Amino acid sequence: MRIVVALAAAITAFACAPAKASQAPAPKVAATGDTTHQKDTATTAGAGALSLPNADPYPSTYKPFPSKTTVIKNVTILTAAGPRITGGSILLQDGKIAAVGATVNAPADAVVIDGTGKFVTPGIIDVHSHIGDYPAPGVEANSDGNEMVRPVTAYVWAEHSVWPQDPQFPRQLAGGVTTAQILPGSANLFGGRSAIVKIVPSRTVQGMKFPGAKYGLKMACGENPKRVYGNKGGPQTRMGNMAGYRTAWIEAEQYRRKWDKWLKDRKGDPPARDLNLETLAEVLRGNILVQMHCYRADEMAQVIDMSHEFGYKVRAFHHGVEAYKIADLLAKEGIGAAVWADWGGFKMEANDAVRANLALLSKAGVRAMIHSDDASGTQRLTQEVAKAMEAGKEIGIDVSEDDAIKWLTINPAWALDLDSKIGSIETGKDADVVLWSGDPFSVYTRTDKVWIDGALLYDRDDAKGQWRTDFDLGYVPFAGGAK
Amino acid sequence: MNPMTRQVRQVLVLAAACAFALPAGAQTIAITGGKVYPVSGPAIENGTVLIRDGKIVAVGKDVAIPSDAQKVDATGKWVTPGLVNSYTNLGFGDVGFSAGPRELRAKRGDGIASGFASWEGYNTQSVHIASTREGGVTSVLASPAGGLISGQAAIVDLTGAIALPDVLVKAPATMVSQIDDNQSAEVGAKGELFGRLRDLIEDTKAYEHRKADYERAQTRDFVASRRDLEAMIPVVEGREPLTIEAEQASDIEGALSLAKEYGLKIVIAGGTEAWKVADKLAAAKVPVLAGAMNNIPLSFSMLGARQENLAMLRKAGVEVGIIGNAGGGDEELFNVRNVRFEAGNAVAYGMSWDDALRGITLGPAEIYGVSDKIGSLRPGREANVVIWSGDPFEFSTRAEAVFIRGKKLDAPSRQDMLENRYKTLPPNYGSPE
Repeated sequence: MRIVVALAAAITAFACAPAKASQAPAPKVAATGDTTHQKDTATTAGAGALSLPNADPYPSTYKPFPSKTTVIKNVTILTAAGPRITGGSILLQDGKIAAVGATVNAPADAVVIDGTGKFVTPGIIDVHSHIGDYPAPGVEANSDGNEMVRPVTAYVWAEHSVWPQDPQFPRQLAGGVTTAQILPGSANLFGGRSAIVKIVPSRTVQGMKFPGAKYGLKMACGENPKRVYGNKGGPQTRMGNMAGYRTAWIEAEQYRRKWDKWLKDRKGDPPARDLNLETLAEVLRGNILVQMHCYRADEMAQVIDMSHEFGYKVRAFHHGVEAYKIADLLAKEGIGAAVWADWGGFKMEANDAVRANLALLSKAGVRAMIHSDDASGTQRLTQEVAKAMEAGKEIGIDVSEDDAIKWLTINPAWALDLDSKIGSIETGKDADVVLWSGDPFSVYTRTDKVWIDGALLYDRDDAKGQWRTDFDLGYVPFAGGAK
Repeated sequence: MNPMTRQVRQVLVLAAACAFALPAGAQTIAITGGKVYPVSGPAIENGTVLIRDGKIVAVGKDVAIPSDAQKVDATGKWVTPGLVNSYTNLGFGDVGFSAGPRELRAKRGDGIASGFASWEGYNTQSVHIASTREGGVTSVLASPAGGLISGQAAIVDLTGAIALPDVLVKAPATMVSQIDDNQSAEVGAKGELFGRLRDLIEDTKAYEHRKADYERAQTRDFVASRRDLEAMIPVVEGREPLTIEAEQASDIEGALSLAKEYGLKIVIAGGTEAWKVADKLAAAKVPVLAGAMNNIPLSFSMLGARQENLAMLRKAGVEVGIIGNAGGGDEELFNVRNVRFEAGNAVAYGMSWDDALRGITLGPAEIYGVSDKIGSLRPGREANVVIWSGDPFEFSTRAEAVFIRGKKLDAPSRQDMLENRYKTLPPNYGSPE
């Protein structure tokens, strides 16, 4: 497992070059989004008529919040990059993890926090969230997560739905989550693009967007699309689902070829731009990561064959309730598995959920990760992992806390292709760090402090300083820092 | 098969059944050496729980252990009553959505289903019973849902017996209603909703006093059917609790007023904003079933959601039952077993550990009038006992032995079977038994 993760980190070091597919089996089609064309996107205003690889028309405006150089001392550090450091120290400086170890050299003016009896972990990364596109309160007027009008809506972008004043964001932050992937819902075969955000207060979603993060494409297997469209022109069956994806990929491949040719030659009028096919073409170029909702093992195996058929890669299966049944296949294919600890039984395709899923996946060498899909669950992902660890133990798979922390941090970072920036306590990484009141896998432990890029954004001891969204004001009574 | 052989077979089957039944009935079990939490009294270090004929006969430090007792060594373990989850849908269908039978909701056009005896659709063999037991839960309130008056709920033991009478602890334990969701209640507004409740209560009274006239069709029309009115009589007389699902503080106030006006014995379930009216609830001796994992203003009636709710209610002197309320995790069906973690979270948010254990044992047992049977380790109670590897609220703790009515139940759950099958790949498709 450790080797696999290290390898991933090595690969992603190259992924910073724009438009290069981060994973080996680059599609049979060539990756054409080269650096020359990338410049168009970054600099040319009004490029809206062109279908450009890695276009970034709604760019991140996120800037780290003001931070103070901070040292946490005498603390147990679960690094997600190796064995724990007991009684160690960590230095947060200029938004980065500047040093970590038994001791660190801290400047005289650093804020010093005594972490005796406490734990430090990397900020938690939730690869499956709908906060912002399904905000609270859950009224129809705010229900912006599922474009349930036709089964292929790769043309929608989750960020255009995300409401930064969703009161669920500060609660998610208080649960230790520092980065999340906000996905469209699962009604459609192709649900649309995801938004990768840092969990920070902002007037705009652009102010939350993780700089440089690749987009994800939400796809969905199984019951949901066929239930939603069964009486609305289909798909009505699982075979209909597969036919729907394949039809779209065929069109996307034609589109990609047409555009890549034009971008190379720049001769004559550009082809017509199609938002739907553009997103799919970007998947085929390796510029967008497929994040696919898929419960059943047999369906995941079908989707894997389809990805070979069209030459793209599934980055991670989400809600992989039956992922443990094909752990060997997922390991071989290098596909991540994002799962719950013990959600199940709520529909037929969730019926074979087992708590040992994460442990079984890890044992087989799969990049396994916890995810929430839920604004309540996202606040207690450490508790979910604790249940999964115990379930592993009960069937003889001992997962240490040092490995289990990876389910919450470095593995989801990999699923977003951000593992070179976040997901572990290592020098040079973003200072996205959580201080826990005790062992994060105990039911009695609370989040004490959360830093994002070195800025202290949640402090349990400072009730008045805690982020309250516009909606919270006047609607949600101020709890006054009750502990 | 010739008739003789068949007869012999039947005799053999009978004999086998008796051989199975007799020792279970007469068995004496002594659980020794554990840290015993009777809940009805202080914890006992190195205590003994003595079980005979399915009942608890003695609990203490110096319990004489009969020579014929089967001894269970619980040294280093924690021993508690079987947990009670007092708000579940267990047994009313195994799959939540788009599949399989659902026995949860009466199909009514008017939202009043007081005559609906939900336990008549309870599946004693639900696939989730074994996994729920593995979480140390031995009894649940199996509750109907939806409408204004959802129906009547029963408390059942998760014994695994097929026959309903062999699992029922109390039926009905409560009438269940919900006043949070107007649409589900088939009303347009709260004022209409409370009006309908008043009509139902007053018609029940009228019906009760004029049954003979009713049979001769000499009464005015009542708002509910005879079956519904009959079922409401013990509720209106204050003998059977009326559980009211309500979230917003003003709705809870409304429920309290109604209860006072008619002398009803009510229980608030959900109770998101109950902390705002904790003192009134305590003064009216109205208990609350609530969880400790929700802090999201999920709707305009739940704006005050906070995880300290249970602790604040308890501090004010309100009796509480702890139920799952995280939302999304299906805590009323697949994860009924997780109620012990809800209790742990309640502790993290200010409740005392002892109160939290009470909230998933004796608390709900008292709320629903079954504390003479379940919820504590006291002589005379059913021997629903759990031996834990440690603190039952911790994730790293497992229920090592679960006794229900004196019988150790350790049948693997379907989830165990799946894990076992797929532990090595490719799987073995034979039967694990």
